[in-house]
Amino acid sequence: MNYPQAYSEVEQNMISLDSNTLIKDFPILNRKVRGQSLVYLDNAATSQKPYAVIDAIQQYYFKTNANVHRGVHYLSEIATDAYEGARKKMQKFVNAVSSKEIVFVRGATEAINLVANTYGRKFIGKGDEILITEMEHHSNIVPWQILCEQTGATLRAVPINDAGELIYSEFENQLSTKTKLVAITHVSNALGTVNPIKRLIEKAHQVGAIVVVDGAQAAPHQEIDVQDLDCDFYAISGHKMYGPTGIGVLYGKQKLLESMPPYQGGGEMITTVSIKESTYAAPPYRFEAGTPNIEGAVGIGAAVDFISSYGVNNIAEYENELLQYGTAKLKEVEGLRLIGTAEHKAGILSFVFDDIHPHDIGTILDQQGIAVRTGHHCAMPVMERYNLPATTRASLAIYNTKADIDALVNGLIKVKEVFQ
Amino acid sequence: MDDLRGLYEEVILDHNRRPRNFNKVPEACNHRAQGNNPLCGDRFTVYLTINEGVIDDVGFEGAGCAISKASASLMLESIKGKTIQEANELFNKMHHLLTDDFDLEAEVDDLGKLEALSGVKEFPMRVKCATLSWHIMSAAINEDAKNVTTE
Repeated sequence: MNYPQAYSEVEQNMISLDSNTLIKDFPILNRKVRGQSLVYLDNAATSQKPYAVIDAIQQYYFKTNANVHRGVHYLSEIATDAYEGARKKMQKFVNAVSSKEIVFVRGATEAINLVANTYGRKFIGKGDEILITEMEHHSNIVPWQILCEQTGATLRAVPINDAGELIYSEFENQLSTKTKLVAITHVSNALGTVNPIKRLIEKAHQVGAIVVVDGAQAAPHQEIDVQDLDCDFYAISGHKMYGPTGIGVLYGKQKLLESMPPYQGGGEMITTVSIKESTYAAPPYRFEAGTPNIEGAVGIGAAVDFISSYGVNNIAEYENELLQYGTAKLKEVEGLRLIGTAEHKAGILSFVFDDIHPHDIGTILDQQGIAVRTGHHCAMPVMERYNLPATTRASLAIYNTKADIDALVNGLIKVKEVFQ
Repeated sequence: MDDLRGLYEEVILDHNRRPRNFNKVPEACNHRAQGNNPLCGDRFTVYLTINEGVIDDVGFEGAGCAISKASASLMLESIKGKTIQEANELFNKMHHLLTDDFDLEAEVDDLGKLEALSGVKEFPMRVKCATLSWHIMSAAINEDAKNVTTE
């Protein structure tokens, strides 16, 4: 996996991204908020959508809409092509061996719940262990807690150091032949830490554990190669990667998906149904009951096209440059302390500021048109680890600029003035 | 930015900077309740000393945003020395002020410094910050009121 390069190296490379043009691609970024220009720095919560994605969804309803898979008429055929076409785009996006390894779900949360409820219920039992980390989002904690309650398995969590990095020796210590499943985030939404998941996956496989990766914060911002990572499952949320809400992907190795019982029952996921019994479809359809979120799939496919047109690695380079700039600028603000200072980070800047509560910081920034997130970021264990009730979090995407960072810094100066 | 002055006005900032009755557990405290806003991390415990239906002493502990802390400080100041009934009436009035249409002109005499909280209504995302301590106070009063009637 390529870690972000140093700032000076990046300067020498050509970055084809032009944020000034890009902003025009995103209709919502041109609106005013509280009478001010919008400075949108809440991308870890959800990303804004380019015209191309919005248009693709509109066009689907204008021209292509029908139910998929079952019909024999023309619209049904082209709707199916659109849906399955999106599946193939996702396969390429993550470099999966086959499109059969791509299951459409509602988002990363559902993807993880799907694994817990099918693979988990079948293969994990009393005395087994599930290993997560202290930096996980609730969506990669609670499904495993529920699974442990149901099966009698034990949940363990690898701690993090003060910089917000996984303590690797603790990971090794907690891995044992009892560990059946490791669930780990690729990028921490609260801290921005990028985990060395290829290495962690290798280690986990050595003890016979499978690995579920939460890629919600990674997918929009860096290359994902599931074959190179050798992960067993990978969860993606469409709305975080410039796609619509309500769609996501669970990648799973084919032989694993084939071994899993159904998730939800209903139409589409069966081969035959009689009152006495039913037989189930092969993956991925086995896990897609009912009429799918076709517009969502079309949207996430268009999002993949959008990202690919700039090149995922160019995006990673650009955002890393912005992260370095933002980190340096925020460090200059008196009284500001960054939370999450790992050596390898994604474009997430969490911080505390004097003793001003993040909620107040967020409200005052909001009045200046600046959107950040305040609170525990669905990562209460992280807050507990740092003994904080909450942090303020700015998170970057492809359309953010140095001017956005400057606006944030000026905004924070105004915050300080209010509390003077 | 002028709108902010409606929210972070001087009384609020003062009560956030120097909250009254803060980090204080009153002697002979006989009512207490805890509450929190899990969504944003405001968390307080309210302590009351109530004798013969009168709130003799008050105190609170905890952490939270400026609005929640100032509201708690203002709230306790306003109920100290009042009867339980007066405190409950004040709770209803404040709840009404923060969540419904409220004729400020007509009722302003009763509110005193609490008027400072009226600006919160323009910030719907912050209303829960302002009302938190009031709910805790109400729970603290009524929780023991139940005990009193069962004895």
